[in-house]
Amino acid sequence: MSELLLPPEHRYAKIIKEKLNEDGSELSILNLGPTHPATHGIFQNILLMDGERILEAEPTIGYIHRAFEKIAENRPFYQITPLTDRMNYCSSPINNMGWWMTLEKLLDIEVPKRAQYLRVIVMELARITDHLICNSILGVDTGAYTGFLYVFQFREKVYEIYEEICGARLTTNMGRIGGFERDWSPEAFRKLDVFLEEFPVAWKEFENLFERNRIFMDRTINVGAISAEKAISYGFTGPNLRAAGVDYDVRVAQPYSSYEDFDFIIPVGKSGDTYDRFCVRNAEVWESISIIRQALAKMPEGNDFHADVPDYYLPPKEDVYTSMESLIYHFKIVMGEVPVPVAEIYHPVEGGNGELGFYLVTDGSRTPYRLHFRRPCFIYYQAYPEMIKGALLSDAIVILSSLNVIAGELDA
Amino acid sequence: MALENTDIQDKLTETFGEYVFHFNQEKDIFSFEVAADKITAIILFLKNDPLLRFNFLTDLCGIHYPDNEVDRQFTIVYHMHNWYDNKRIKIKTFINGEKPEIKTISNIFLSANWMERETFDFYGVDFIGHPQLKRILNMDEMISFPMRKEFPLEDGGRTDKDDRFFGRTIDNC
Repeated sequence: MSELLLPPEHRYAKIIKEKLNEDGSELSILNLGPTHPATHGIFQNILLMDGERILEAEPTIGYIHRAFEKIAENRPFYQITPLTDRMNYCSSPINNMGWWMTLEKLLDIEVPKRAQYLRVIVMELARITDHLICNSILGVDTGAYTGFLYVFQFREKVYEIYEEICGARLTTNMGRIGGFERDWSPEAFRKLDVFLEEFPVAWKEFENLFERNRIFMDRTINVGAISAEKAISYGFTGPNLRAAGVDYDVRVAQPYSSYEDFDFIIPVGKSGDTYDRFCVRNAEVWESISIIRQALAKMPEGNDFHADVPDYYLPPKEDVYTSMESLIYHFKIVMGEVPVPVAEIYHPVEGGNGELGFYLVTDGSRTPYRLHFRRPCFIYYQAYPEMIKGALLSDAIVILSSLNVIAGELDA
Repeated sequence: MALENTDIQDKLTETFGEYVFHFNQEKDIFSFEVAADKITAIILFLKNDPLLRFNFLTDLCGIHYPDNEVDRQFTIVYHMHNWYDNKRIKIKTFINGEKPEIKTISNIFLSANWMERETFDFYGVDFIGHPQLKRILNMDEMISFPMRKEFPLEDGGRTDKDDRFFGRTIDNC
């Protein structure tokens, strides 16, 4: 049977041939994925199994690799933003803003306080949707569908806010160098207020449904635990690391976009198991809600939504048709003919899954010489085989979804 | 007491002498170059030294400079982070373009395993001592290393895009 699945020279085929259990039973091989609905994305794992226990796993990735780094080397800056959307598509505004902030660091652009606060709001909304999906899907994988359907409508509400801000929903392509493409409409703020009123109620109910639920606790506690030392060595960041008890958060370590103005705590877990990851994400959603409320309360007066950088910021469309200067700027920006210093920049932001870094090398031409994305999923997914060693098959599914591996970010 | 650039520089030059050089502060990150054959020793030292404590490997990636002299055509860039003092550094090392090889650091940081595989996949850099150096994002049958600069993104024979009118050359369009 296993010959059909694996070439005979494969390591596992040899192990199966050599190792017979005492009772005469044989080890077996199972292909988990690449297109199994329980894996939430295209992940393949070849599992070596003894009955229902996983002995070893070999992940194969790259099924949706789209060569973003190569494409980015051939595109001017504005055309790279849509690529960043498609990495972690559950929280694409964070990717967008991270990319703009990298460019602003490169070009030494100071973003007005109000635009920074607006960015914080949209990034925290994105974090909420990211954690909301991860946690509710974890519920689905443990057999609780209701919670998922219940909170999922709030992702829709957040997408409506995105729609008000930038016109798009999933792959947002939001913002510009120096701020946003337009000021937020009153409708966006109204929708935000409604969301802040309704969502905490639903999230509290969601939490109540799971946090002390006997079945959920039995399925998740001590499943897929990882120690802090191991997690650091494996390059874990974000909620998965914090669940192991390390309070590293880029928002606090290197505050960007005025995160230092807000008062929030970094929730940490203890054992680094699936249950702790769930609880850390839950708590982070509460912190995000609190940050959004603070940002709204502290929002500076006025209507600054972008920095005054005509070299990089597209002029208003009506000016393009009537004034020569605007037309020139418009043309230059669209064609990517903007002045670019020669520099190397690394800018990290706290993405939904951890430290999302942009390493940008420019040579003064219109395109990056090299752009490398530090994708948190890619780096911590390599711990997966070790985390599922000795676990049951059904635990492997739960661990995968609690790690929140997003295929787009994994494969870039 | 925060960890200062000069502390790092003094400590490294004291231990490794001329193998560590070109120290400079680039924007918000302290950077330096190291000799490629000393990379594992230096990374290990940075990780374990009680003063430096660079406990986290943030990122590892390659860059291709085909116009450099042959000994400096590939760069491997390591970003490290000290979480105790919250200090980031960037380490660069240049390696040969015809036979790019460097020692692996995957035995020091487990996270380097896939990052090195990715660099091998895209640049063909041989990480000596890597436990499983094979392609990761591209398919195994592929024979080229696509992030090298000699591979254009688009077919070079296209005539419908004439970039000369924008003052562009083949290299920057």
